[in-house]
Amino acid sequence: MSDPDPIQMDPAAPTAGEAGTESLAASRRRLLMEALGIAVSAVGFGFVYGLSARQAGFSPIEAVAMSTIVFAGAAQFAAVGYVASGLPWPGVVLLTALLNARHLLYSAALAPWLRDVPFWRRAVMAHLLTDEAFALSVGHFRRVGRTDERGYWIAAIASTFIPWNLATLAGVLLGAQIPDPARFGIDIIFPAAMIGLAVGLVTGRRELVAAIVGAGVGVVVALVTSPSIGIVAGGIVGPAVGLLVPAAIAHEVAPLGTPASADRYAMPGTRLAQPKEPGEPVDAGDPPDDGDRGLP
Amino acid sequence: MSTDLILLAVLMFAVTYPTRAVGLLTPGMQRLPRRAFDYLQLVGPAVLSAIAAVNVMVVTDDAGTPSFHVGIEWLAVLVCLGITAWRKNLLLGLIAAVALVAVARATGLAAIPA
Repeated sequence: MSDPDPIQMDPAAPTAGEAGTESLAASRRRLLMEALGIAVSAVGFGFVYGLSARQAGFSPIEAVAMSTIVFAGAAQFAAVGYVASGLPWPGVVLLTALLNARHLLYSAALAPWLRDVPFWRRAVMAHLLTDEAFALSVGHFRRVGRTDERGYWIAAIASTFIPWNLATLAGVLLGAQIPDPARFGIDIIFPAAMIGLAVGLVTGRRELVAAIVGAGVGVVVALVTSPSIGIVAGGIVGPAVGLLVPAAIAHEVAPLGTPASADRYAMPGTRLAQPKEPGEPVDAGDPPDDGDRGLP
Repeated sequence: MSTDLILLAVLMFAVTYPTRAVGLLTPGMQRLPRRAFDYLQLVGPAVLSAIAAVNVMVVTDDAGTPSFHVGIEWLAVLVCLGITAWRKNLLLGLIAAVALVAVARATGLAAIPA
């Protein structure tokens, strides 16, 4: 790849020999091992999501519908908070759109690899495109130096979709059996999970400022108006203030839409980013080395 | 069994799917101003921290009036934050937070919020 920009690159399909050095079988074995680790994590967090959803009043079918239809971990966790705080649906949809917009970049980075896949299969692939699926499949494609459709399905379905949905069902059903969840501290899981996920997304000073301001504005506005409005205010004002931090001192380490970014957004406890070999060419989804964030 | 939130899930899907599909299905259509991407990068930490902070610091009474809350939940969330940042392991942080709150409430050191 001669164009270092992961977004504006010419969407020509990568060809064998450009980056791949590993046999398909070996890379698939490695992919399966990585997928297993992701699946274990998906089970844990899917279960916690199910418990949290139950705490917020979701029925089992509603919780599972979220996991199947939306299939976006951070947005689903956030939706539990929105619903619990009484945020009107338009606000939930707006914040979901903002939170999930990062997928735009994953989609763009994968496009050159998947352009020869039939349209309808790409349409299905799109629904299964998560942080985990992106990072696993891009790593696999780069290892073999070409597209491996089966590898994408392994990355998307086996590692995340199935375990996440089954664990959601288990969590929401078990949560219904606990008579007094607060007595066991179950109610703290949700805010603790939120702050833990936020910690993973702090990849520079801008994110840190956005998180602190978002929390502060959220609480102040919530006290003056209502918790739901406070959350929206924090989510909108925090990033705006974070942008005031000059890029030169932001120390960003995981630009949005790159494997490093996917690693951050993925379920914590798993490491997705592929180590970069010395001299390896910059490829789709890789952050450029020159400090340019590679965005339009 | 309530099914009301299924419609919300469909609406959330309606704004999520296009972001996943636009690059794969219509190459070249995915460009947004760089400033927009910079903003979007910051939405995650801001929203999630706002949810966490509001959840543990603000309680509402039966009439829906919000008030400031101080309790063991603060400490539990900070413990989770610290462990997650230190050990890069959210599950460990969650276990510590739940254990702290459960013990504090079981021993009478902390009350369950109304």
